[in-house]
Amino acid sequence: MDQIILQILNGLDKGSAYALIALGLTLIFGTLGVVNFAHGALFMLGAFCAVTVQRLLTLSHEVVDPERTDFLGNPLKVDVPYVMDIFGESTGAAIIDWSVPLAILFAIPVMILIGVVMERGLIKHFYKRPHADQILVTFGLAIVLQEIIKYFYGANPIQTPAPEAFRGSLDFGVWLGFEANQIIYPYWRLVYFLFAAIIIAGVFAFLQFTTFGMVVRAGMADRETVGLLGIDIDKRFTMMFGIAAAVAGLAGVMYGPINAPNYHMGMDFLVLSFVVVVVGGMGSLPGAVAAGFLLGILESFASMSAVIDLIPGINQIIIYLVAIVILLTRPRGLMGRKGVMED
Amino acid sequence: MLGLNKKDGTLLLIVIGLTLFAPFLLNPFPVESELAQFNAGYPDLMQRFVIFGIFAIGFNILFGLTGYLSFGHAAFLGAGSYAGVWMMKLLSMNVIPAIVAAVIVAGLFSVLIGYISLRRSGIYFSILTLAFAQMSFALAYSVLTPITGGETGLQLSLDDPRILTGGAEGGNLPVPSLFGLEMRDSFDLVLGSWLFTFNVGYYVCAIIMIAAFYLAIRIFRSPFGMMLRAVKSNQQRMSYTGLNSRPYTLAAFVISGMYAGLAGGLMVSMDPLAGAERMQWTASGEVVLMTILGGAGTLIGPVLGAGFIKYFENIFSKINDQILHGWFAFLPDGLENAMVALVHPFIGKGWHLTLGILFMLVVIFLPGGLVEGGQRVGRFAFRRRNKKAEGAEAEGAAKQPAE
Repeated sequence: MDQIILQILNGLDKGSAYALIALGLTLIFGTLGVVNFAHGALFMLGAFCAVTVQRLLTLSHEVVDPERTDFLGNPLKVDVPYVMDIFGESTGAAIIDWSVPLAILFAIPVMILIGVVMERGLIKHFYKRPHADQILVTFGLAIVLQEIIKYFYGANPIQTPAPEAFRGSLDFGVWLGFEANQIIYPYWRLVYFLFAAIIIAGVFAFLQFTTFGMVVRAGMADRETVGLLGIDIDKRFTMMFGIAAAVAGLAGVMYGPINAPNYHMGMDFLVLSFVVVVVGGMGSLPGAVAAGFLLGILESFASMSAVIDLIPGINQIIIYLVAIVILLTRPRGLMGRKGVMED
Repeated sequence: MLGLNKKDGTLLLIVIGLTLFAPFLLNPFPVESELAQFNAGYPDLMQRFVIFGIFAIGFNILFGLTGYLSFGHAAFLGAGSYAGVWMMKLLSMNVIPAIVAAVIVAGLFSVLIGYISLRRSGIYFSILTLAFAQMSFALAYSVLTPITGGETGLQLSLDDPRILTGGAEGGNLPVPSLFGLEMRDSFDLVLGSWLFTFNVGYYVCAIIMIAAFYLAIRIFRSPFGMMLRAVKSNQQRMSYTGLNSRPYTLAAFVISGMYAGLAGGLMVSMDPLAGAERMQWTASGEVVLMTILGGAGTLIGPVLGAGFIKYFENIFSKINDQILHGWFAFLPDGLENAMVALVHPFIGKGWHLTLGILFMLVVIFLPGGLVEGGQRVGRFAFRRRNKKAEGAEAEGAAKQPAE
């Protein structure tokens, strides 16, 4: 029992990342009908927003500390970050410590901007072209974005640690009445899951309860009619592209402490997210979220040692296996709408 | 000639000429000159040109004709590589059984994957092939280690049985050969300050590529090829006329899988080592890049694309800042440094950035790839020359169907 709960928990954080990326992919596909292979790159850009914020906050200048000396007896030079000068030492240290959550504030406008520029500058010209062309051009864009990041930040992963307060682990089992140290779960993964849940709820609420969201949903159902009613649907869809980019970016920002960001992390997630979208049903938002968590949890179940002993290697292929079975038996995916890309 | 019309015959002759004289053509610069680094006439690279050429020709039979975009073709290349190395371990170091086994294994593998994947089309087909390829990669990397060598890759070893030729004599690993002709043997021809290398392995690959290219022309021109084009242009209409498209697409898929296997078999014949990373989806992406860059659906395009990418991958990545400084030396100092700084991100390790940008430009502006680019340039020149002579008639000639 405790093993099962542990695996569910382990699957949640990966599942959250899959769900967030798949949600953005589906938003773009549902509104603009574009298959965006560069979405993984947006996730990666988000993670590097966190790296950028961390670098900006730790920008330092050298100060000679008269009280301490180095091993030669000379006065020691210490790097003092500018934030400490501005906000005082303790506040400054706290700000640096909280650089990852702070990066969210930085990432939202940046990612929306990147998304809007991408849509207006490139994707717009591909609405009328075949899906294969869309895949190819966004695949090229993904390579370009990834190489730009590699040029500026290097090929090695860069650590973006979580704030001090979240670095430990939670003894989750005690809460449920198990013995201590049975179910240990890092705080940050819990934070990530909660964060993902909030974002997902936020996106759904935005689509469901605002006028803007209502228009977007109407546009997803019948773009032409909405256009004929005198609403500039293109502008809203562009905005939705920005929002989808921001969702992917936020997923990346918060993922940094779980896995140190590197330039090819987007590609690794992209393949899986596409599988998630297809399993959930092309164009279905709840499907994407459900499939994301489902596959994340399935993956962590498959990596239990008992399962691996039974079917060796299953943990590596379970997601693809599920996708193949679903695609062949239920081409619409789990919750796909009828008639959307169903062939 | 050989059942080809005049135009295709000429194309084939050009390809034969280019591949057979490649050691001359790719080494246009004298050894001592500054430009010698742009010579591509060394055996390793020439072999890669033709092997990836075969891979891309095969991919094009599927994607160019039927429009099915497979993102998992590297799996067949990998399967072929493993089969080839196993033949060398078990039978003999002769490359013939290795290549034959590679084609057969890749063919069987693609029957299996194709049969399942082709039940869907469009993006679903892409995802299914991607999923299968990633699965093969993951399995080859982990569970199938006894067959695939896992992380280290599958290598020859001294105690392999090699039942046809006996074990290794002496303490050295045997090298792949064709009835005694060792693949790595080369003949250097020195002409003045030029050096040309003729490599046995390259010529084996080149002859096989010419055969593969000839076969591709025949497929393109056959009734079967017409059927595949029909799948691309309108599958629905095709099925309404009472034709079942599935056998045709499956045949195309298997043929292109066998081409990939052939490429894999040749790869291990040149260098008997097979690793799982050959199956990864980035490797599949590479052949997609090659085909699109050269021109999908054209005969010569994929070969051009493969050559183009492999050439620049090797040559572009060798350019460093020092060479750049040499190039821009004629500029004033400040401007020289600015130019070097400007170009720097695109060369050396930044080659992939250049490739990505180039690929995007091709997809956006030249959906027909380099071949279409060449045609446009040719048409432009042609039209200008003819305008003086015939005026409006040139328009009609220029509108020939792109091929």
